[in-house]
Amino acid sequence: MADAVMHPPLEAYEPPLMGTNSRKLGMWLFLLSDSLTFGALIFAYSYSRMSTPNWPTPFNSGSIINATIMTGVLLTSSLTMVLAVAASARGNVKATVQWLLVTMACGIAFVVLHLREWFKLINVENMWFNQGPGGVPQFSGTFFTLTGMHMLHVTIGVLYLGGVAWRFRRGTLRANDVEVSGLYWHFVDLVWMFIFPMVYLMSTRIQ
Amino acid sequence: MAHDDVALASQPPLSHEHGGMGVFYWVWGGLLLLTAIEVVLAYQNLALATMLFILLGLSFVKSGLIIGWFMHLKYETKRMRWLLMASLVACLCLMMAFFPDARRLLHMGIQGH
Repeated sequence: MADAVMHPPLEAYEPPLMGTNSRKLGMWLFLLSDSLTFGALIFAYSYSRMSTPNWPTPFNSGSIINATIMTGVLLTSSLTMVLAVAASARGNVKATVQWLLVTMACGIAFVVLHLREWFKLINVENMWFNQGPGGVPQFSGTFFTLTGMHMLHVTIGVLYLGGVAWRFRRGTLRANDVEVSGLYWHFVDLVWMFIFPMVYLMSTRIQ
Repeated sequence: MAHDDVALASQPPLSHEHGGMGVFYWVWGGLLLLTAIEVVLAYQNLALATMLFILLGLSFVKSGLIIGWFMHLKYETKRMRWLLMASLVACLCLMMAFFPDARRLLHMGIQGH
């Protein structure tokens, strides 16, 4: 009753300009700015590749299989995120939390596989940020920065989804908030769809 | 708060009633299939430029599927779709201004120290 006195009916407000709520719009704008960050890193990688003769191709079949599994895991996590969002829209708290946990597990699996690849490159190929294979430090510098930034985003995403699952279970978040967190997760997936072919598949060492 | 309530009330619930949940499984399957095609292509010894052209094309198709269906942009208002995509594409195109410089460096043959 008090709420009805404090706020006019919904019809009194004009519809939002973008036809969506502010949280979702805010997330979209954040993702827009973040896509420019990744865009700049991918362009930096491409610039280095174009301007450097004898670009190294350190990824053998093992690395490509590993990266392909990582891609499959990330794509599957996007599907489980969609299932979490759909469950939250139906008001099914248990299913929402379960699908969010599956998505987080996929994210963790992705990071573990990625770190395995990193350690292999560091220990076997003797790569580091300033030390590249075949005497081309531009490769390792751009590779570690780009994939490291992506891995950081996945890690933050796992923590974010954990927080959303926890608060949704407690009833302090709404279905709309799960959808907004899904936007972030799908974006992380989206960025990998460019990193995987541009960085890995374009630098294969076919034996 | 009330404005947000208006927005939430005016939006369709995300029950994915636009064709049911089945469409998301199809999108997921399509994305996996496109990934498999990319990996097969990587072992075909194609010319670098051809490879780049095909892989980038497939990546844009995949990103379209993710943005349109998984991120639900397909179901947002036309105004929002255009604002987000046009600004993103414009900014990314501006970054291409650096590529001629990369080619120039390659032809100059910069020596390492």
